[in-house]
Amino acid sequence: MAEIIKNGRVVTDDWQVLRLTEKDDPAAVEVPAGRVIVPLAVWQAQRPQLLAHAEAGVLGVWLASDEDPAVLTDDVLTLQLIAVDFPKFTDGRGYSIATLLRVRHGYAGELRSIGEVLRDQFFFMVRCGFSSMQPREGRYTRAQLEAALASLNDFAQPYQGAVDRAEPLFRRAARGAAPGTLAA
Amino acid sequence: MYKYDAYDQQIVDERVAQFADQTRRYLAGELEEDEFRPLRLQNGLYIQRYAPMLRIAVPYGNLNSAQLRKLGHVARTYDRGYGHFTTRQNLQLNWPKLEDVPQILAELATVQMHAIQTSGNCIRNVTSDPFAGVAGDEIIDPRPWCELVRQWSTFHPEFALLPRKFKIAVNGATEDRAVIQVHDIGLDLKRDAQGRIGFRVLVGGGLGRTPIIGEEIAGFVPWQHILSYCEAILRVYNLHGRRDNAYKARIKILVKALGIEAFRAQVEAEFAHLKDGPATLTADEVHRVSDHFDDPQYETLPAEDAGYLARLAENKPFAAWAKRNVRAHKQPGYASVVLSLKKSGVAPGDITSEQFDLVAELADRYSFGEARVTHEQNLVLADVRQGDLYEVWRTARDAGLATPNIGLLTDIICCPGGDFCALANAKSIPIAEAIQARFDNLDYLHDIGEIEINISGCMNACGHHHVGHIGVLGVDKNGEEWYQVSIGGDQGNDTALGKVIGPSFAAVDMPDVVDALIATYIDSRHEDERFIDTVRRIGLEPFKTRVYGDRNARLERKVAHG
Repeated sequence: MAEIIKNGRVVTDDWQVLRLTEKDDPAAVEVPAGRVIVPLAVWQAQRPQLLAHAEAGVLGVWLASDEDPAVLTDDVLTLQLIAVDFPKFTDGRGYSIATLLRVRHGYAGELRSIGEVLRDQFFFMVRCGFSSMQPREGRYTRAQLEAALASLNDFAQPYQGAVDRAEPLFRRAARGAAPGTLAA
Repeated sequence: MYKYDAYDQQIVDERVAQFADQTRRYLAGELEEDEFRPLRLQNGLYIQRYAPMLRIAVPYGNLNSAQLRKLGHVARTYDRGYGHFTTRQNLQLNWPKLEDVPQILAELATVQMHAIQTSGNCIRNVTSDPFAGVAGDEIIDPRPWCELVRQWSTFHPEFALLPRKFKIAVNGATEDRAVIQVHDIGLDLKRDAQGRIGFRVLVGGGLGRTPIIGEEIAGFVPWQHILSYCEAILRVYNLHGRRDNAYKARIKILVKALGIEAFRAQVEAEFAHLKDGPATLTADEVHRVSDHFDDPQYETLPAEDAGYLARLAENKPFAAWAKRNVRAHKQPGYASVVLSLKKSGVAPGDITSEQFDLVAELADRYSFGEARVTHEQNLVLADVRQGDLYEVWRTARDAGLATPNIGLLTDIICCPGGDFCALANAKSIPIAEAIQARFDNLDYLHDIGEIEINISGCMNACGHHHVGHIGVLGVDKNGEEWYQVSIGGDQGNDTALGKVIGPSFAAVDMPDVVDALIATYIDSRHEDERFIDTVRRIGLEPFKTRVYGDRNARLERKVAHG
């Protein structure tokens, strides 16, 4: 059980992330019981057997940061959880992958960041369409995660459009009001 | 210049609070060094050789007098009373305390300034022409477009952790004064046959370890689509730029690896999805931002001020200054003044708190309260009446800001180098100072004419050595500082990368090396030929022969005299 942030709240979560070692064969590796997020390669190799689990909402798929989200085009209506792995927190590919899943491929289910997920990037992740963030187990206490929720509102009115607010500020607001006059 | 509205102010205020909290958590041990590093870098804060360094953003080089005074105050209160202007038009403080940085940012926010994205692997401060809005050869004022790019790129969530840093420059004049050919994206404003505004877009230029001149990716992107087009470029780069090796992570390496055709195809495919999306600029927004850059209330004046002409005729030092440091202006009776930050004995680009105050005073009295920073590390008063030039000169001269050397040999571009920077292989400021000291005869300087010497203390090339007519690069050889010299580089429309003339030199030899290069030029030049033109005409060989011949003769003398 892990503490994660989901839809703006700290929750306890029982999804497991299946990671392969170099020796594992994606076609043969056994997918454990329970809620599990499998690597894309496992999904692609075992799709017929796994489809029912996905449709039942107990199987998700994670993408590595060098994998093209377009390969899931046919699965976006089936999958209820897609995760994107951050091998390092400085690897920003996941932000484009998330954006493409949401905007280009029409994915509307849970989109989760896994791996090196740090609180100072939560704001950017939410803007790019992540609905849940799963930091490495033990990285944060529940209290720290609760405190980190505030960072989701670090910037009330960002300039540019993104997944969370498609329209840029110049389309959302009448600009030009003098400093100090903005309604809270 | 652009003035914040309530939204802009809110964003910088929120940034102050965010960074104060990050700093607090770092100092409390909640944030590890590696985790804090990119956060502080994206706020311009380096941990340097002797102290932290804070790089404050000066968006496209525009400053008003309140900001100048605030910078002077910050340097005086939190640092050692001086700052350093960089080749990207920003200001660096060399000695702030880490724990003071949130307070410094809070002070800066009160005058609509910040340090957002002045470092780190993100979209950096956009740079432009210091003579925007006043140059006679301007096609379209680049400043509103710079501001639109600034806002779009500020905290862009998708592009906050790119493979490497990303620099955008905008030019709007016939002559490129923004060095757009050596930026990750160079935007060149133009009009199409119907008179519509758009951009020629260059991509993949850059200096650093692998200097490359940018290639044209689009001949004309209509203004409405420029942010979407940049977004397409950034997305392709973010997804496909190399992340395995920091030295090969800039977009220029990706463009070279794919070839411009294949890279363009990827960008166009992405752009096809983004075009006409929400990022499409509206005429309302462009007008709103452009209104901030309307001409100031110029007086109607004769084209030439009689008093000014009389002063020029009677006062030789004033005339020498006017010849080098005063530029023609689009408005009759006005001129632009370059305040030189290249006085001998002072590190190029350095400015004291007192000088900040004085420049603010000059700006208020003579130039509508504004000043600009040039990428050559000088300051500009853009809108001075010709009749005020004499007073400006007298005041600036008393403050050490009127060295009549703009565009001359002693107007050296120089990075902070090994005296300050943790990345440097070698010191750069003492080399600049030694060269300035050698060439201290003003008549000789004027005789040598226009020449650009650019010095970098390492291959990161903050001193833009590749595009200097004479470029000097500090290198480390077995723990000793040596200097590699190149000639033939150039910036602007004829941007070219210099060629290395041969084995590197010891610091002590550098004034002699420059001497020999200049002597070769003097002996070979045609009338009215600049140094760079002579290099292009006769090639490297005569310069090499002279420089290394002289050096060998010196070595022999040394041996002979024990």
